[in-house]
This record gives sequence, C-alpha cells and structure tokens, in this order.
Amino acid sequence: MRTALVVLRKDLRLELRTFETVPAMVLFALVTFVIFHFGLNRPTIDGQLAAGVLTVTLLFAAMLGINRLFVAEREQGGFDAFLLAPVDRTAMLLAKAGALFLFLVVLEVIAIPAFKLFLLGPSLGPPLPGLILVLALADLGLAVIGTLVSAIAVQTRARDLIGPVIGLPLLLPALIATARAAGPLLAGAHPATAPPGRWLAILALYDVVFALLAYAVFDFLLED
Amino acid sequence: MEAEPPAIELRGLARYFGERTALRDVTLRLPAGATLAVLGRNGAGKSTLLRILASLLRPHHGDVVVFGEPLPRRAFAVRARLGLLGHEPLLYRELTGRENLEYHARLHRVGLERVDEVLGAVQMERRAEEPVRLLSRGMVQRLAVCRAVLHAPALLLLDEPRANLDPAASELVEPLIGRASGCTRVLTSHDPRAALAEADLVLALKDGRPAFVGEPQQLGDAQLQELYA
Amino acid sequence: MQCSTSSWRISTPSTTYGRGLRSLSLATIITIAAALALVFFYAPLDASQGFVQKIFYVHVPLAIVSLCGFVFGGLLAIGYLRTGDRRWDMRSYVAIHMALIFGVGGLITGSIWAKASWGHWWVWNEPTLVSFLIVLLLFATYQPLRFSIEDPERQSRYASVFSIVGGAFVPLNYLAVQLATAYVHPRVLTLGGANLPPSMGLTFVVALIGFALLYVTLWKYEMAAKNARSQVRRLRRTLLGDDIARPAGRSAAPS
Repeated sequence: MRTALVVLRKDLRLELRTFETVPAMVLFALVTFVIFHFGLNRPTIDGQLAAGVLTVTLLFAAMLGINRLFVAEREQGGFDAFLLAPVDRTAMLLAKAGALFLFLVVLEVIAIPAFKLFLLGPSLGPPLPGLILVLALADLGLAVIGTLVSAIAVQTRARDLIGPVIGLPLLLPALIATARAAGPLLAGAHPATAPPGRWLAILALYDVVFALLAYAVFDFLLED
Repeated sequence: MEAEPPAIELRGLARYFGERTALRDVTLRLPAGATLAVLGRNGAGKSTLLRILASLLRPHHGDVVVFGEPLPRRAFAVRARLGLLGHEPLLYRELTGRENLEYHARLHRVGLERVDEVLGAVQMERRAEEPVRLLSRGMVQRLAVCRAVLHAPALLLLDEPRANLDPAASELVEPLIGRASGCTRVLTSHDPRAALAEADLVLALKDGRPAFVGEPQQLGDAQLQELYA
Repeated sequence: MQCSTSSWRISTPSTTYGRGLRSLSLATIITIAAALALVFFYAPLDASQGFVQKIFYVHVPLAIVSLCGFVFGGLLAIGYLRTGDRRWDMRSYVAIHMALIFGVGGLITGSIWAKASWGHWWVWNEPTLVSFLIVLLLFATYQPLRFSIEDPERQSRYASVFSIVGGAFVPLNYLAVQLATAYVHPRVLTLGGANLPPSMGLTFVVALIGFALLYVTLWKYEMAAKNARSQVRRLRRTLLGDDIARPAGRSAAPS
C-alpha cells in the first residue's frame, strides 16, 4: 500500500510536470460534445440519449488516458526500476489504477459542466449526488480494466490498437450499466433523484469482480 | 575452504529468446567480495546474464543461486542486496535527478539522507535539481550510478559502467562501484583489458556459450583475440 | 546437465490425447445422429413458429457449449499460470479457438432463427445474441494479441491472463445484457409458453449433450495433432544435437 502511494505520487508528479494526459482527455471530450451536438442536430438532448452520449464520450476520452498509462514505464525503464525494488508488485496495479481514476475524476469535473452547457440545455440540471455516484462506480471499473488492458498492450507490437480493441468489449457491461443508470437522472421533464438500484448493483458487482481478478493476475504481467 | 557461501553460483544456466540461444551451459562460482568480468562481443549474452542475476529475467534451464537463495523462486529475498547499472539509466527524463533518486530511495525503503550522500559523492548536488533530460550523458550516467548504489547493495551488476564517463567522473564513481567498494561485482566492459585488470574471475562468452571460465592470468592473448573475432 | 529449475517444460511422451479418442468420436456421432432423429421425427412442431423453430436445437446448444468453452479456456489458463507448463497454455488455446468457432456457429444460427421468426437478421431484444456478440468481439482479439507478442513465454503468459479475464467476463456480461433487455420487449427467440413440453425437453438435452461431446472430441483431436507435432519437432532437435527443446518460430498458436 505504501509502495502504491510512492508510485502514485511519482505518476502524479510526472503528469503535473508534462500535462500529457489529462488535457488531451478533456479536449477530446469537449470536441466530442460539439460533434454530437451537430451530429444529432437537436437543440438539447435528455434522458437515455444524453446518458448514452455522455457515457460514450467518457469512454473514448478514457481510452486516451489508458493508452498512455504505462508508456513512460516502458520507454524510460520504469518497469525495471520497479521490479528491482523489494516491493509487492501489485502495488503498481494499485498506483496506476489510482492515477487513472484521478485523471478520470478531473476529466469529469470539467466535462460534466461542459456537457450540461453544450447539450443538456439551461433548464435541466442533473441531480449531482446521483450522477456522482454513478460516475464514481464507472470510473472504478474503467480504472481497473484500463490498467489491466494497458499493461497487456504496452508489451505488444500494436500497442495503441490492442488496448482499445481488448478494452472496449470488456468494458461493455459496465458501460451499459452506466448509461442505464444515468438515463433517468438526465431525463428532461422529471429527472429521477436517485439512480436505479439495479444498474448500480451491476456496476458495483462488475467493479468488485474485476478488481479481484486484476489483483490476482497482475503480477504475471510484470514478470519476465 | 570458503568460510561463507559463494555470492553467485551458476550451474548449466540457459536462456532463450524464441529461437535464439542467448545463454547456454554457463557454470561458475563467484566468492563473496570478488569481481567477475564477463567478456564477449555485442550480443554474446553479457547483458542477458546480468539481467538474470538481477532477477529481471527467468532462467530457462539450470540453477542460479545468489547469496544462497535460488532465483527466481527466492528473488524477493535478495532483491534488496542487488544493484543493477544497465544500459538504461532507469531515470524519468521529466523529473529531476533528485526526484528520481528520492523515488528509488522510497521504493527501496532507504532514508532520503542517503540521496544527499550519493549526490555529494559524485558531485552532482546542484545539477540534480534539473530535469534529467537536460543533463549530458556523462551526468546521467553518474546519476545512474547513484541510483544503483543508493540502497547499499552487496552485489553490483555493472553493464559497461564507465560508458560516457570522462576520466574525472570515472574517478568520482570509483569508490562507489569499484573494487574499493568492497562489494561483490559482476561487470562487463567493451574494453576487455580494463575489465581483466579488475577481475578475480573471468567468464568469456561466445554466442551465449562460455568460451573460458577462470582466472584472468590464464586467459591468453590469442584466446582473447578469438573471442572478439 | 540435468535441468532442475526449468520453467519451460515441454510435452513428455506420456501425455497422449489420442487415448479414448475413437470411442469418444463414436459416442459423439451416435449422440448427434440420435439428436437429429429426435429433432426431425420426435419433437413436436412449435405452434407459432413452425418448422423453423427447430434451429433452436442447434443454436442454443452451440451457444451454451461455446460459452462454457470460453470459461473452460480460462480455467485451463489458470493451470498454466500456476505451473508454467506449456501444455496448459496449449489446452487453453485450443479450448478458446474451438469455443470461438462454435460461437460463430451459434451467432449465425441465431441470426437465421431471428430472420425466420422475426424477419430481421439481427435483433437487439434477444439477450443471448447480444451478449454473444460482445463475448465474440472480445475473444476475437485473442489471436491478434498472441500474434503481436514475440517472446513465446510472454505470449503464453499474457494470453493466459487474457483468457482468465475473458472467462470471468462471460457470466458477468450475460447477466448485464440479460437485465438490460428484459422488461423492455418480449424475447424473440422463445418457445411458446414457460414450460417446455417433455418431448422438446428431451430433444434439447440430447442435442446439448451431442454438441458438448462434439466440442470435447474436436478439442482432443486438435490437442493430439498439436502434441504430435511438438513431439516430432522435439525429436528432430534431439537428432540434430540440440538437446534442449524450445518453441520454434512465431505464431499465434503455442507449439
């Protein structure tokens, strides 16, 4: 755990020094909102459609972050440095997933207000606590699967392609659940105050199962 | 009769990369505190051997025992006593030298005052405040030496340690990674004569197979020539 | 020199997959023939869908066997990660490979059924089909993933990690899609009524067993072929004087 914090701190420091990942994710999300606005050709969207647009945009922005997650380690000897240290190797999983989670949170802090501004229309305000809960669970799933997939992809030849290609199908159940949970919250006329329990349960189950799985198999990805 | 177990014992070590044989039938014993020089052309298997000793690669065949612990099974028990100085400095280019060393210190659970100590030893206290990407190769190499010895390892694995170092810098790092350090050392060098001068034991590799294992005096000039032919 | 810490063991001659293969093949053929007979002569015609409904006896077994095959592949991969013995990786590879083929078959038969009973080649309200599509999308990446990793040992390791994650994914995915499509539209590909009449039930079970046997038989066949090939390669190397065998070339399949 302590080691995970050491690695996380290093990653956050690197991101703050270089600003390579988060700004790109944010920019991508904003541009995608604009594209959706014109593509869908409606003044505002709401309900399930809005939830779908939001989920898809967040997913693809997350993919940018996922692709970059282990690149510095691979190219600047970060794996070796870590493997030489007398530490529990799973700490890297925790650190990287934690970093990705934080990046996603920062992304959402900017993207959600933008989403409301660009697409939802001035009169509608999504119930924040419910939405935050849904997104938090979604981010956990994205972070875990993203880290796993990124660790696999960084060692292959077709690095940037394999990541999304494996990650997207794996993330589909989580995304279905996210979109379905967020749908009622973004409804135009009478938004629900709390997200439907069933979908939250699926998201939570998904997160737990894959977190445990990732914890079990991650070591094998690091050894040689 | 040795009072203590050898630092390194290799028996029939072999390692492949797909079709290519990187190492085959490597057998030797290195007493604690001694220096092993590994000679051979580029691609002979020197770096592979060092990486196996550093527990970064698994042996495919044979036994590797370091400080009495078989690798890779007991690697976690010896990792703290190993220090690797490889081809890559293992430093993040966007962080400063000091930040890099502090990261390694924390990973190895070493006090941060040790960072000051090693930086002082190589006279990099000031330049360590700059991002690594701004430093010359010689300075990066000095930082890499710092990183390798930060946790005071008992076994040093040095892959061409003097690369990029001018004579003055070479002198600075000598007490940290040279014979005077008192560590058991395995080193490779593109200058075989310099390596031989420091060695207690020599392993000469040709295409992954040991062409010679023994004391440096026993290695004839003709053999040495043939090794690099 | 004896190898004592080898993490790279190869198939020993004592493993044969050919044992029992003939009787297994026979059992498979008999069961499938029996199933076909039952389908065409015994099972009653469905009231609403007519003759076309009989494709159900092919589609659902294919789907079930395929999904089980993926989970099976994941379990075998656990064997590889625990032992480092390449045979487990080979078993896992073949299991997934077969499951993918059965899966595509299930997808196609499902599509045919949908077209025949609903008029469209693809329907979103049928959770089996949709979750199937997702699973196939995932496992279709298995071979490209293997192929893009050159070091054979790493390839096996990463493929095993992938198989385990994929195997765990199958039930979760099914659950999610099932819940996503329920209560919205009635299921398309059902049989009229909640209770399956016993004659249909029997036919279904026989068909399921037949396809399961087919899967196992084909798996064994492919394992036997791969095993033989790797033994030949090993013998050839021994004869050529290189007594430690290691995998040859780069391919998506473990050898």
